[in-house]
Amino acid sequence: MLAAEYRGPYRMRAGRKRMPRIEHPRDALVRVTRSCICGSDLHLYRGMVPDTRVGMVFGHEFCGIVEEVGPEVEKLKPGDHVLVPFNIACGQCHFCKQGLFGNCHEANAEATAVGGIFGYSHTAGGYDGGQAEYARVPYADVGPTVIPDWMDLDDAVMLTDVVPTGYQAAEMGGIQKGDTVVVFGAGPVGIMAARCAWLFGAGRVIVIDHLHYRLDFARRYCPAEVYDFREIEDMAVFVKKQTDSLGADVCIDAVGGDAAGSALHTLFGKAMKLEAGSAIALHWAINSVKKGGIVSIVGVYGPTGNMIPIGNVLNKGITIRANQASVKRLLPRLIEHVQAGRIDPKALITHRMSLEDVSDGYHIFSAKLDGCIKPVLYPNGGQ
Amino acid sequence: MATSTTRLPRAVDPNTVNGWGVDADPRNDPTYPFRDRSREDGPGMAWQRPPLQEPRVEVLRSIEHSRLPAVVGTSTPPKGLSGMIRRAAFRYSESDWRHWLMLLGADRINVVEGIFEDLARGRIPNIPAEMGARAEWRHNKLGLVRKVAIVAAVSAVAVALLRRRGRDDW
Repeated sequence: MLAAEYRGPYRMRAGRKRMPRIEHPRDALVRVTRSCICGSDLHLYRGMVPDTRVGMVFGHEFCGIVEEVGPEVEKLKPGDHVLVPFNIACGQCHFCKQGLFGNCHEANAEATAVGGIFGYSHTAGGYDGGQAEYARVPYADVGPTVIPDWMDLDDAVMLTDVVPTGYQAAEMGGIQKGDTVVVFGAGPVGIMAARCAWLFGAGRVIVIDHLHYRLDFARRYCPAEVYDFREIEDMAVFVKKQTDSLGADVCIDAVGGDAAGSALHTLFGKAMKLEAGSAIALHWAINSVKKGGIVSIVGVYGPTGNMIPIGNVLNKGITIRANQASVKRLLPRLIEHVQAGRIDPKALITHRMSLEDVSDGYHIFSAKLDGCIKPVLYPNGGQ
Repeated sequence: MATSTTRLPRAVDPNTVNGWGVDADPRNDPTYPFRDRSREDGPGMAWQRPPLQEPRVEVLRSIEHSRLPAVVGTSTPPKGLSGMIRRAAFRYSESDWRHWLMLLGADRINVVEGIFEDLARGRIPNIPAEMGARAEWRHNKLGLVRKVAIVAAVSAVAVALLRRRGRDDW
């Protein structure tokens, strides 16, 4: 089959790989029809995630048609068109039973600190992902969800990660009616977090980034007040001035370890890898939130350590809430939002391309070329 | 409840936003998820396990796990020098920096192994294409020209220095 292969930092190519097969009685084999490139794939692409092996197939946001199921799969049958949450979850362990499908204990041999994720290095379990013509999907009765007839497939593929992650970012913010919410990062997840902040009753939503085309999109789509951090001398002072000197009620870090905005963090976190990525967005979030406020983290960092003002977390009484999105738990509500027209996921898609063009897709997304917000690959011609 | 900005003018009127407040939940403060104690089976790993996968390839296991999970990924098993380093890294826990630094080191070695693997199969990797040079040319010609010029200049200086050193040694 054709698949996108990682060949080293900043190198992807489409090549022939052996077909995946059923390896467990609860597996399904899915013929992929859509597969996004995610902002967190860029951490892999840039060589920032330990145990990212050459030859691995990335892709944790995909949907497709069930081709074959294992003998213990009861809810799916060949021909079902399913969206596949990025979490691999057993549905039976202590964590899955609590709705923490992103923290399953039966899906990742290589690490306990993260659950199993499709195509996201061996640190996340060593599963090949969906940027391929076919993918093996474990625990097929738990995560995969049959796409409703009325739903556009481009909307469906966005429900595998982007929408739930943005929604959970807002949910973890514990937003109360009238709250001021500052979202750091106007990538797809940040944009969706800002959009969802309104659903929880935010009184004011501010988005911070430096890419004007993304800020313009966020201004219209969310809608939100938008600011370029390069035009702001001091982020904490700026947010305090915007909030009657108190600070924001909720700050959301939707950037993670690839953040721009600090030469020091860029040097230590990205160039020298002495930190687990550049933590400037989290630094700003902690220092911009009000005393007793909440910082919600959905930006991805590596597993080692970062320089952040932890003393301020204590002294300000900040609550930090963070997790990989529990897609399975959130899907029913998010499908309602899409049906009601409150969320328009596919509006974020700016680039549609074939699997053969994966090298260009990654580069365009990584280098922020051509107004790219969200690229989607269409293996099998999208059929 | 008064919030930080209730007295300040807003650029976006929430009343104009489709769906405003439909998911507002005053109980969502501040701990997520709400712990459902009624569904707990007691402490420890006593849940009914799914059937166990028997991996056909080598799967490294974190020493923080007491057992292999019921399903495992079987992509790209460890091999070569990078595989030896990965196996060694898994002697340390996820809490130990050596674990991660050794894995990052193995990743870099693995890239070189990947190039040799290609060559061994008679394939010369088209690295500029893999790095998206076509897209760069289409969307950022100036940037591409600048990068090529920098690489050419650095290469020229390196070659000149090596030649000079060669003459000095002679």
